[in-house]
Amino acid sequence: MKIILKNGYVYDPINNINGEVMDIFIKDGKIVNEFREKDAKVIDCKGKVVMPGAIDIHSHIAGGKVNTGRILRPEDHRRFVIARKFKNGKFFRSGAGFSVPSTRITGYLYAKMGYTMAFTPALPPLMARHTHEELSSIPIIDKGALTLMGNNWFVMKYLKAGEIEKCAAFAAWLLKAVKGYAIKVVNPGGGEAWGWGKNVTSLEDRVPYFDITPKEIIEGLMKVNEMLKLPHSEHLHTINLGRVGNYETTIKTMKLARGLENRDRHVLQITHAQFHSYGGESWKSFESKAYEVAKAVNKMKNVAIDVGFVTLDPTTTMTADGPMEYYLSSLTHLKWTNKDIELETAPGVTPYNYSPKSAVSSVQWAVGLELALLVEDPWRVMLTTDHPNGGPFIRYPRIIAWLMSRKYREDFMKNMNKAVEKRAIISSLDREYDLYEIAIITRASQARALGLKEKGHLGVGADADVAVYDINPEELNTAEYEKIERAFSNAYLTIKSGEIVVKEGEVVNEFYGKTYYVDVEVEEELMQEVERDLDYYFKRYYSVNLANYPVSLDYLTNPTKIERKIERVKVIK
Amino acid sequence: MKEIFLKFKGSKTVLEAEVINPNVFAGKKLSEIENLTVYHGNRRAKLGEFFDVEGSTSEDARELRIVVEGDLEKVKRIGENMSEGEILIKGNAGMHTGDFMSGGRIVVEGNVASFCATEMKGGEFIVKGDAGDYLGSAYRGNWIGMQGGLIVVEGNVGRESCAHMSGGKAIIRGTAGDFAGVHMRKGTIIIEGKANRAGAQMIGGTIVILTNVDPLPSFELVGEESDIEVDGERFSGTFLKYIGDKAELRAKGTLYIRK
Repeated sequence: MKIILKNGYVYDPINNINGEVMDIFIKDGKIVNEFREKDAKVIDCKGKVVMPGAIDIHSHIAGGKVNTGRILRPEDHRRFVIARKFKNGKFFRSGAGFSVPSTRITGYLYAKMGYTMAFTPALPPLMARHTHEELSSIPIIDKGALTLMGNNWFVMKYLKAGEIEKCAAFAAWLLKAVKGYAIKVVNPGGGEAWGWGKNVTSLEDRVPYFDITPKEIIEGLMKVNEMLKLPHSEHLHTINLGRVGNYETTIKTMKLARGLENRDRHVLQITHAQFHSYGGESWKSFESKAYEVAKAVNKMKNVAIDVGFVTLDPTTTMTADGPMEYYLSSLTHLKWTNKDIELETAPGVTPYNYSPKSAVSSVQWAVGLELALLVEDPWRVMLTTDHPNGGPFIRYPRIIAWLMSRKYREDFMKNMNKAVEKRAIISSLDREYDLYEIAIITRASQARALGLKEKGHLGVGADADVAVYDINPEELNTAEYEKIERAFSNAYLTIKSGEIVVKEGEVVNEFYGKTYYVDVEVEEELMQEVERDLDYYFKRYYSVNLANYPVSLDYLTNPTKIERKIERVKVIK
Repeated sequence: MKEIFLKFKGSKTVLEAEVINPNVFAGKKLSEIENLTVYHGNRRAKLGEFFDVEGSTSEDARELRIVVEGDLEKVKRIGENMSEGEILIKGNAGMHTGDFMSGGRIVVEGNVASFCATEMKGGEFIVKGDAGDYLGSAYRGNWIGMQGGLIVVEGNVGRESCAHMSGGKAIIRGTAGDFAGVHMRKGTIIIEGKANRAGAQMIGGTIVILTNVDPLPSFELVGEESDIEVDGERFSGTFLKYIGDKAELRAKGTLYIRK
């Protein structure tokens, strides 16, 4: 199918296009050079904004604990129901779930907002088959899964023994085996300590039995990441998430990235930084330390953050940080579940109601926005809510409107706990994002972080994933924030792989997107050594046979391989 | 008071009839009421297919009484979400009768099935016969159950009645199944018959049992009281007063058991 999007205001930060009126030409799923109008479908985008399809780098849409969350929260399904429908001779399935929507509607809801790609950030290797089965029933969007390694026995064993090449070879094997995309680290060492009823609270704490520190795991995996030349950086959920006064740990964690460099991207992503920017001594003196954390991010050019905004909705929290979820449930006295994954990780799930009337929740709301407004370089900020931990992803348009409109923030704050004025600085921040910066934090910076050259822009050769919004930048008035929120909630047009999938906020077509995974080849002798260890450990400790562990490509929709060939793994000191 | 009579003609499978509700009927002609949608299995159907509709209508739901006749065990959700008016059910009623009601009055002359009056916020729900499990409880998964209003059951009730109760009052004249008032936070439950394991994991509210039964071992005996008054009701005789359920942190629930 050939499409021409005519006369739209194009925002394409990767190609430095800031609101120019241009035509976009689409052919066979790609953005191409000009062609003749007569054999194409021409769509008039006059007075509208044209952006690349949006990308969500961190959204829990599939994986063992997402399903555990669905099982735990039937009352969440009752809140939000989408009926099945017939449209254009196609059948669109029903679904339910406000904070943990079912798989089909996850795809529909993303597409409706102009999103064309989402990565699930916590794939427990042993649950990989299940995760891919879930991903494979999410329609429309492109997908991928970040692989949990921060509490993996092999990783800790190799790093402790100083065998970083073997650790790298293991990471390469694991990513290929579970069809993962990047190295994800969650509460490094804390997940393992949780198996002993403990946790880690500083970067120097020692993990029981393995005798390794969180610092050594973070640094080791950061080096492994660069040794393997992976497309994405280490994706780190550092220790002390959600704890009062944790901002110092966060800043110390960032400093671990010193000395490492990568030409194309940052080397460390502090994920859901909002949950890691808290000050105070106790919950009573809880306060925002976004200023300090943002200052550190501004200095550290090789570190990026995704924010993890709190949207003040009742939601379900789920993370591979088992001890943190237990701690949270002991504060709220609500139901809680833990999901131990043998040698790998220990996720937990518990509901949480972020209420605007609560002092803590309202400050958390402010922390997210302050981080986004205080970090100067939008290329190192990514818009996420850590769905569903800070709020469901369907609230992204509202966050965009908050960032673009100071008036919206002020109006919203009127009904909030007064703590937001005393223990946060949000009311003193004037900055308003413009459409170009919004395009960066929702598209360009995320594509760059993922190292995907064909995504996040509208240059010739890019994948034809495009979103058109009914906003006229010439007439844009940020005081009319409802208009902004409405426009970003209901894309005028979403084009995925060159096909129209959404028209005026309604899904009209569906098919399956790509699933990205990484395949790194390392030298054979090194891999053989690691395979001997795998053999031994699987026989001794795992509940599954090694041969049954890897996930075959049959489980992935349109599997798309990112290849790397490392002749000789070079140790980074 | 205007009355609308619905006579049930019978149905082979379960019927979902949340439209039988004074708020919905108010301001509609009889022919419009007959055309209201009910779900028969997975098929959309009209109320008139299953009920004979007679009587006189009213603009104001407060002035409207719906009288439903027949064996309605297979009819679910009667009076769901109602906020005013009255429903009189002459016979047994199915699951979810009176769910989420916030006002008005439902009287059932026969028995009701499970999950009735769940998450009720106000109004009255009166059953002359027995009630099934989860009467006045939280809906599946939720942690806030009945928040207000009054439930009276003349007969027995099933298990986990008033689970997660957070307000209101329930009076059970017969026996209560296991775990009445489980996870209770606020409100009052009065059980005249026997009740096993009542108030498990309660952290607040009051349960009065007018029969001598054993409490759960996690309740702490704090003393005896005579001629007590709870939520405007007086009970003569001597009662053992317990505080619990001590299996929970911050447990401040009160359990009275007749000595």
